[in-house]
Amino acid sequence: MKIALGGVVRGGTSLAYETGTWRDRKPIIDYDLCKGCGVCEEVCPDNVIHDVNGVYAIDYGYCKGCGLCAYECHVNAIEMIFEAK
Amino acid sequence: MGDNGKTERVLEGSEAVALAIKACRPGVISTYPISPQTHIVEALARMVVNGELESEYVRVESEFSAASVLAGASAAGSRSYTASTSQGLLLMTEVIYASAGMRLPFVITGVNRAVSAPISIQPDHQDAMSLRDSGIIQIYVESSQEAYDTHIAAFKIAEDPRIALPVMVCMDGWILTHSYERVRLVEQEEVDRFLPPFKPIHFLDVNDPKSWGPIADEDLYMEFRYAIHDAMQMGKKRIKEIFSEWADISGRDHGGLIEAYRTKDAEIVLIAMGSVAGTAKDAVDHLRTGGKKVGLIKIRCYRPFPYEDILKAIQDAKVVAVMEASFSMGSEGAIGLDLKAKLYGRSKTPVVIDMIAGLGGRVITRGTIYKIVEQVEKACESGAVPFEPYWMDLKPEVLP
Repeated sequence: MKIALGGVVRGGTSLAYETGTWRDRKPIIDYDLCKGCGVCEEVCPDNVIHDVNGVYAIDYGYCKGCGLCAYECHVNAIEMIFEAK
Repeated sequence: MGDNGKTERVLEGSEAVALAIKACRPGVISTYPISPQTHIVEALARMVVNGELESEYVRVESEFSAASVLAGASAAGSRSYTASTSQGLLLMTEVIYASAGMRLPFVITGVNRAVSAPISIQPDHQDAMSLRDSGIIQIYVESSQEAYDTHIAAFKIAEDPRIALPVMVCMDGWILTHSYERVRLVEQEEVDRFLPPFKPIHFLDVNDPKSWGPIADEDLYMEFRYAIHDAMQMGKKRIKEIFSEWADISGRDHGGLIEAYRTKDAEIVLIAMGSVAGTAKDAVDHLRTGGKKVGLIKIRCYRPFPYEDILKAIQDAKVVAVMEASFSMGSEGAIGLDLKAKLYGRSKTPVVIDMIAGLGGRVITRGTIYKIVEQVEKACESGAVPFEPYWMDLKPEVLP
């Protein structure tokens, strides 16, 4: 992808910027513990956790690894794993 | 060169600049008063009120806003202009960096004046130097005539799609802005032919929403910065072409990126920027009559730095005396730093001596320049090149 002169970007193109690259810790859901309550979806500030076919899944393309989901999970089903780049 | 039947008038420098701006038909003018720049925007205000100039004239509450209005107007596709000086230019700094990054091609008159503290309203170049690294193109002028001609060229340079950067035309406060000189004006039709309406590369459009320079971290920021530098380096050739195109129309040639004055066979070459170049030319003429091989390089375009042209003009010189109207505290003058960096590692380079002169408007006469030449001759004879710059006409007896 070429950069545009002056960094001009068209509207509705923020999905082209995968902010998952900012992450240094990755939330991993342990589905044996997960009760499917959806608190993680509610607290995610980047709106990257959704119910996909009955299980909560994280879109790692945009997850910045803030850790709110792991902190708020009532059953400690989410672990933050350091990602070495 | 003929004068093509041009109108000739005796004008205050500020009025000459305002007439040049009027001829460029800016869509938006943002203004905030500060001496010695105010006469320019006052003259433009009169033109707008009298119906001689159709332009959105926005009087804002600070220079930060004045620059922000320029950025917005330019992004909206309007040719836009402001003038400021000293503290005002410093207050614009944040917006100028952003505007260069967003490649917004407006024009600013940077009326040169010392920076506080203490307050001096007299001319030196410290204010413009504070914007040295921002990505704004800087062109310094020697006379009101050159100011008039350069402002018209400045819009064409800024708006060239290969350059697309803001341009600041720097002129010494009071000495140029408030003195009256003969100025030849160019017919409106000729200016219109030279400077067609502004065609922005991108512009704000509700039907096609866009953001300017939102974010590019470690993955792309460096490429954006390199692109600005590349536009400047590549732009050197284009700037020269635009200058010479205007010279053909106006019948006045002020030179390219530099003006080399009697540098052929010169052993001592002075380097200067701005109105002091006129004094220096007189001093050079006098010294030449006395048999001294002295010449002058007037730097017109300071950013991009025209080192190729300067190195060519000083290749046979023994010594180069750089007259600096600004100072990088704890180091030395900015032009000397630029020049020495480009001379490093080359064979057969002249000695470069930094001469700090004219800070806070301390008057530079022909006598000052004779003293500078004496000083560098002495340094060359003794073979000791000073590490520290000379501070011309400093009064050590009053130091605390």
